[in-house]
Amino acid sequence: MIYTLLVLSSPTSGHGGRHAAAFAQAAIARGHQIERVFFLDQGTETGSQMAVMPQDEPNRLQPWLELAEQHGVELVLCIASALKHGMLDAGEAARYDRPCATVHPAFVVSGLGQFIDATDRADRLVTFGG
Amino acid sequence: MRHSPYGGALARAAIDMAMAMGAFEQDFELLFMGTGVLQLLDDQDSHQIGLRNAGRLLSSLPLYDVERVFVDADALQHHGIGLSDLVVPAEPLDAAAIRDLLGSADHLVSY
Repeated sequence: MIYTLLVLSSPTSGHGGRHAAAFAQAAIARGHQIERVFFLDQGTETGSQMAVMPQDEPNRLQPWLELAEQHGVELVLCIASALKHGMLDAGEAARYDRPCATVHPAFVVSGLGQFIDATDRADRLVTFGG
Repeated sequence: MRHSPYGGALARAAIDMAMAMGAFEQDFELLFMGTGVLQLLDDQDSHQIGLRNAGRLLSSLPLYDVERVFVDADALQHHGIGLSDLVVPAEPLDAAAIRDLLGSADHLVSY
């Protein structure tokens, strides 16, 4: 089965983000496909390459990087939300004259069309948070 | 659409999503539930809190080819809102009709 995930939860508040990554890992382990995860609103903070977690807390970014690198999962941040939350990739940082990119290169910053396209092709949409 | 218009960012994010679905010619319907029905109020003025007027944004929905707009009848009654107070025409649904509507969709985007 093909799944699309929509993540609305902040990576640092509540459990939505952690559950989304765990769901993705479990679904892939059972032979399902996750082509794209779309992050919206506070969920876009998941893509931060600047956030520093305390040493005794799990790294919130690492599970997503593994999903992208090992399973080719596309990680897409909604551009409207991302800009408001200061989540800029190199292209957006240059466009808006900001000193550096804040988004990890494993993530793509793009529009809602990417979500609609992924949902069109998916058997199931699962939303985390909201 | 489940969130009050100005209590957080998700109501506005959901309106943006609806407009994007319209722009990408998706076959979709909107249902306003719970405090989300407050988004539909005709007489809103968000100027002093520095936010875009949710009602005005929603009033442009007919331009985005949304098939139909539904509203939770119990939530309207709970908030003392009549159908004539809404910024776009909406069909009221009771709990059983809401279950049927949600059950008939291929995908639900709910926030």
